[in-house]
Parts: sequence; structure tokens; C-alpha cells
Amino acid sequence: MSRGHPHDFPAAAREALADAQLRANLRGATQTIRARRATAVAELPDFEELREQARRVKDDALGRLDELLDEFQAAAEAAGARVHRAPDAAAANDIVAGIARDHGVTELVKMKSLATDEIGLDAALAAAGVEAVETDLAELIVQLAGDTASHILVPAVHYSRGQVRDLFVRTIARGQELSDDPRDLAEVSRLYLRERFLRAGMGVTGANVGAAETGTVCVVENEGNGRMCTTLPPLLVTVMGIEKVVPTLDDLGLLLRLLPRSATGERLSSYVSLLTGVTPGDGPREYHIVLLDNGRRNALADPVGRQALRCIRCSACLNVCPVYTRVGGHAYGSIYPGPIGAILTPQLWGMERYAKLPFASSLCGACAEVCPVGIDIPQVLLHLRARAVREQAPAPERALFGAAAWAFGSPWRFAAAQKAGRSAEAPLTRGGLVRRLPAPLAGWTQGRDLRPVARETFREWWTRERGAEAP
Amino acid sequence: MTAAVDLFVQRLEAQKTEVRRVAASGVAAAVAGVCAARRTGRLGVPPGLPAEWRPAGVAVVEDHDLTPAELDALDAALTGCTLAIAETGSLVLAAGAADGRRALSLVPDVYLCVVAEDQVEPDLPAAMPRIAGLIREEGRPVVFVSGPSATSDIELQRVEGVHGPRQLVILLVS
Amino acid sequence: MRVALFITCVADTLFPETGQSVVRVLERLGHEVVFPAEQTCCGQMHVNSGYRIGALKLARRFVDVMGRDDGVDAVVSPSSSCVGWVRELLPGVAREAGQEQLARDAEALGGRLFELSEFLVRRLGVEDVGASYPRRVTLHPTCHSQRVTRVGDAPQRLLARVRGLELLELPEAAECCGFGGTFSIKNADVSLAMLADKCANIVATGADVVTAVDPSCLLNIGGGLSRMGASVKAVHLADILAAEGAS
Repeated sequence: MSRGHPHDFPAAAREALADAQLRANLRGATQTIRARRATAVAELPDFEELREQARRVKDDALGRLDELLDEFQAAAEAAGARVHRAPDAAAANDIVAGIARDHGVTELVKMKSLATDEIGLDAALAAAGVEAVETDLAELIVQLAGDTASHILVPAVHYSRGQVRDLFVRTIARGQELSDDPRDLAEVSRLYLRERFLRAGMGVTGANVGAAETGTVCVVENEGNGRMCTTLPPLLVTVMGIEKVVPTLDDLGLLLRLLPRSATGERLSSYVSLLTGVTPGDGPREYHIVLLDNGRRNALADPVGRQALRCIRCSACLNVCPVYTRVGGHAYGSIYPGPIGAILTPQLWGMERYAKLPFASSLCGACAEVCPVGIDIPQVLLHLRARAVREQAPAPERALFGAAAWAFGSPWRFAAAQKAGRSAEAPLTRGGLVRRLPAPLAGWTQGRDLRPVARETFREWWTRERGAEAP
Repeated sequence: MTAAVDLFVQRLEAQKTEVRRVAASGVAAAVAGVCAARRTGRLGVPPGLPAEWRPAGVAVVEDHDLTPAELDALDAALTGCTLAIAETGSLVLAAGAADGRRALSLVPDVYLCVVAEDQVEPDLPAAMPRIAGLIREEGRPVVFVSGPSATSDIELQRVEGVHGPRQLVILLVS
Repeated sequence: MRVALFITCVADTLFPETGQSVVRVLERLGHEVVFPAEQTCCGQMHVNSGYRIGALKLARRFVDVMGRDDGVDAVVSPSSSCVGWVRELLPGVAREAGQEQLARDAEALGGRLFELSEFLVRRLGVEDVGASYPRRVTLHPTCHSQRVTRVGDAPQRLLARVRGLELLELPEAAECCGFGGTFSIKNADVSLAMLADKCANIVATGADVVTAVDPSCLLNIGGGLSRMGASVKAVHLADILAAEGAS
């Protein structure tokens, strides 16, 4: 995520809204996951308490992060792992590419990991002559298509089965007669990837949670590709965002109760692996853990904004967001989209590029209702809007709001402003409605009529009917 | 205990896992039966698998650092487990002598696991202390297996059987 | 009781009849209504748009104006979002900005600040306000009223006792209408996509009227219904409760 042009969310959203296939796919997928999540969460009578507990665990961890990272490193190394610290994406990529190079690895198998997507690991490895094969079906789809993920959990949600079939026929199933039945498509990927798993010299994963007391990395999945990556190759690398660390295995267990239910609506994912250092005769001989910062400390420094780092990447907020479910992930211009993306992305990678993301929300609050670690996303959105305005507000907008505040500063000015508005609107009013407002308010009348200023405002009525009130 | 075991069986069956209830003395025969039904030629087992579980009529291959290709040549794998979890229908493998190493229960397409009824914990919070102990004291690698592998990445339609074993059979011993 | 009306800048300017309805309902129930004429705006629009300093100045002024009459037992408003801002969010925002006094004054005012439906049902314990409105009505439970101000089912309870009113269930009721303040202009395309779905759900109920406890949401929904040529009217809950006969 390099500094570039400011990301124009409204424009990207407009484009996404015009894609009927995307909208239909998103709507179907997110409604399905929402329903599953609701059922799974309803099974836990103490869900609210668990959430609250998880919030406290995460806040405690974030409050003493350096201490916990040191503890994690010491414990992981005592168990036979090597731990590296990567302050940014470039450092992390160098470390991973270096490990591959040192072992003569030219092909590795990779588990879905947002952290590795974040740093652009695949491209960095390719530049170093190492092929990274994505082994999550959705990530494989996205990789083969030369595309990017549009959802945290189901990255290829924007593809229909027909589109996947066409893609496979072009790439890994060339010349094959292929139906668009997801079972047949999954079988194609299974055969293609099995070969890779059996011969890969190195595996790469992310981490869902890390327990500091034992240096344990937890990896959660349904497909089995994670187990393949973490047990077959002789060499394993995990890239873990520093905010994933929690103090104890019990804390890890708590999050394990919340994550699958919030993410996929399952009681537990098909496979959960707890990796602690190296075990001779079982899995890799060498295990490297890369602790990734890449902007997380920026978020940590903000007392209100840092709660975004509690995130366990379940994507529950995405699936209930009226904005995300209509525009999808690409519109946010970040590997982290949706409500969590709107508050995490600008903190990690700067308001200069992402000032519009905190405004990509109607503040409806549906996200906060479902977050399993109790992130008050609307609160952080408001907080970041204030930062965006301080740092990036365009002068005309600032002037407008200044003028409004001035007008609201006294009842006389307010009443005068109402009268002025009434006069200004008169030429725009047809049939009792304003149908076209000039810029910068034209967005309103793009799809709505507007009631004009009342012929008699409430205070004018009250003054006339009830006599002026002494303040 | 019975309530947990009943729930365990319920959850397993809902996860498309075959459950056979056997007496302790009937494990080997049950394994043989499952292998015969699936025409299993080569059955991989951990070296520490109890002798009385090993079936006749099947080529039993002990996993002494089998290579990935050799694992792939197995038709099925048979292990025990460290414990099980009823609420989530899970097996917990923690590198115990009968659990075997993780790759063994992963690569072959058919996976049989022997679970004793008294190994079944009601839920994850009940199971965690023992699991945490094994990690703290011995640094054991742990895998929770809750059904066959699956994906919902295409249009959110669940497809069973991706990279892990597509067939899971639990032998539940009373 | 002596009740001060918090009219809100939007209702004052665009929905004066709603303010009149609030007065009528409260007076019908035997309460004295006063209108502190110094009030202008509570600052919600500014804080939602990131203009925090301006918002806190307006909020300071608002809390002074509405809090200064000790003889007022309650302050009541037809806007759940404005009440939610002042009562639930302002103290935290003020504290974050180091304005502890404002936070405390806002909390003190908050103790007697209500949106209309929650005032009637929870504070007064009244559900039948003597209204008659023989129409088919559907209710949009606004996001702020449910998640911030948390009025719960107060609107439904009041509507259930309006004579002649048939209350129709709104599909996907909890979905946001797309207003979100300046969101409706800065992200007009997404906002309108959300509004289109809300209006389609409203029209599908067959109702004559859609009601809510937020004038700004009604402005949005009413504007959308009007533009699509639908016959459904957007009418504030207060206007329904004030009605006393067929009209």
C-alpha cells in the first residue's frame, strides 16, 4: 500500500454500483452468511459476555503489546522457531524471500493470509524468482484471474460459478469439458493443488491469533490447504500482524469460540491448527515467524482509533453493511474493505490517501452490533472524520460548515438564514418541490425531490400563534 | 458423559462423518470392515497405534517418516486421538503416540479415528485446559478436526472434500 | 408537566407541521409546552461531517439554552437522531476534546431529554394519545432510534392504539434508508441505491403512509418516493398522533 493518489471512494463506488453481476453476487453471498452467522451466534446464550471478555483481552494485549511480542518471541524461539521483526512491507518481503533463497526454494504453497496480501508478498516473491501458489480456492481463483480479493473471508465472492468455470478452462483445466457445478470446480482445484502440496519446498501462512505465553500460532481453515502447507513442506513461514497477539492460550480459546461463528456461521472450522515451534518428526524442520508492523503502530498511537486493532478478521461487519454489500471490496481500494476497512485503512496507511473512507458510511451502526470484539465502529468513524477534516478538508467545504455554524450561532441569524433559503429556493421550486439543487448539493436531487423551506417556519408560527417567548 | 457422547454423535452425523459404535474388543474388526467396504489396500498407522486395533486383511503400513508421495500412496489412515469435543463435533489430535503425526491424518483420502467415549469433552472451554497443558509442557502441535474438509468459496455453496480426507469415519468405543 | 420543545433545525425549517403536532399531542395530554426560542441547532450535522470544534460550540450553546429553565421537567423532540447525539454521544465526544464541563452539562440535560415516542411510552406510561388516523401505515424504524437513542418498540406501541390505523410490517425494516447526513450527498450513488431498496420495500407493503421518528430520514424517504412517483406519503409519527379524524 504505497502512497499514491488519494483513493476516490465515491467514484469507485459509482462504478461498482453499475456492475449488476457484482451486486447480485454480493447480495446473495452476504445475505447467506448473515443468516448463518445469526443462527450460530444465537446458540451462545452468553454471546454478549464473551464479546465483552474478548474486548477486554484485546484491549489489554494492545495496551502492553511490546511486552507481549517479546514474550511471544522468547517462547516461540524456545520451542524451536525463529522469529523476525518486520517494521514494514518491504522488510517482511525481504525476510520471506531471503528464507526461500537460502533454501533454494523456487516454488512454495501459500495459505490465504490478508497480511501477506497486504504486503504484496506474491509479487515480491515472483520478483525474487519464487513462485507462490495460492492454495485457498478463492485465492487461487483471484490469483489465476490476475485480480484482487473483494472480501476478507470469501475473496472471490464477486465471481459466479460460470465465471470460475471459464477461468479454469482458460488456465488450470485447459481443454477440459467442465461443468459450472461448484463440486466439479473444487475437484479441479483439488487435483491441481495436490501435486503442488506434495512437492513444495516451503509453506507460507498467516495467523488468526498468536498466544504469547507459548509462542503458539493459530491457523483456522475449512479446506485442508492450511494443514497441507503447515505439515508437508520441510520449511514453514508465518507472517503475523503484531496486533494478533493475545496473552494466553485461554485467550486464544476464547477467540476460537467467537471467530468461526462470526465469520462463517460454523461452530468451529473444519481444521484448526495450533503451531508451537518445531516438533521433530511432525511437520517442518524449520519454522520462521515474521511479526509484521506495517502501520499498525500508527493505529496503536491513537487512543480512540486503536480499537480497530482488536479486529480478528471475521468479516461479520462487511456482511451487514448496507454500503459494502452494494459496492464490494474493490471500491475501498484496500485489502481491508467495509466498515473495519474504513477505520483501519486510513490509520495504517495514512489519511492523505484514504481520507474519503471514514465517510463511506451512513453511520447506521449495524456493524457495531455484530462485531465479536466490540469495536465501536461508528465512534471511530466520527473520530476519523474529525481527523480527515483537520488534515484534508477542502477549503470550500470548510467555509460552508463555518458559515452554517455562524448562522446557527444566534436565533436571529438562524431565522435570517431560513428566510434567505426560502427566497433562494423560490426560483427552483416547481409544483411545491425542489427538483434540482445546484452544486455542491446536487447529489441530493440526483434521485430525490426536496421539500422547500416552509412558508411559515415553526418558530414563525409559534411567534404568531403564541406570542414571542421570553428566553 | 452420555449427553456429551450423544451430542458428539449428532454433530458428527450432521457433518457427514460416519460413526460406528463398537466395543473395545471390536475395533480391529470394525476397521477391517470399513477398509473392505472402501476397498482399502494400504492403511497407514502411527507406530504407536495399539496392536489390538490393527486389522487383519489389510496391508498395515507404519508411518516411519513416510515421504509426502508415500503418504499419498496410502488409501486410508487410522489413528486414535487425544480427546474429542461434543459441541463442535471435533477430534483433537495432539501428537500423542496413537494420534500420529499431522500429515498422516491429512493426506490419505479416508481417515478413521478411534475415540473412546470417556475422551469426549462437552465443549471447547472444557477441552482447553488439557490441550493448553500439552502445549505448555511439551510444545505439542495440535489439530482440531471437525468434519471433512469443505469450501464455500464458489457462490457460497458448500462443497465437501477439498484437500483433507474426503471420508471421515469415527469408531466410537464404549 | 412543563415540557420544552426541542424542534431541531430540520423540523423548524422544513417540517413545521410536525412541531405543531408535537405541541398538540402534549397539550392534549394536559401538559404545558414551552418553546425556548433561542434554540437553533444541536450540532449533529457538524460532528457527523467531522467539524468537531464547530459541533461542540453549537452543542455548548444548545445545552445552555435548553438547560437553563429549571422549571422544565422534560425536553422533548421529534428527532431521535438529535436526541441520540446529545444524550448518548456528546458526553464522550466532549470528554475526548477535553471539555469535561460540557460533558457533565450534557449528561445532566440528557437525564430529561427525550424523543417523543419514548417520552410518551416510557416516561409518561401513555400509549393511547387519543389519535384517530384511518390509514394503512408502515413504520421505518430508523437506525439512530434503534441503535443510539434506543426507543425500542415505543413507536409501534403508540401506532397500535391509533383508531382506524392499520399497521403493516415493513420488509427488511432494519435496513438503513441511506440518509446518513452528508453521506446522502457525498456518496449520493450508494445512498440512492439504499434509498431505492427502502422505497421499494415501502411500496410493496401497500401502505398509504410511511412513518418514522426522524424528520431527516423522512425527508430522504419522502424525497425518494416523490421522485419515483409513488403515492405513499412520508408522515412523521407526531403528525399521526396529533390527528383526530379523517382528513
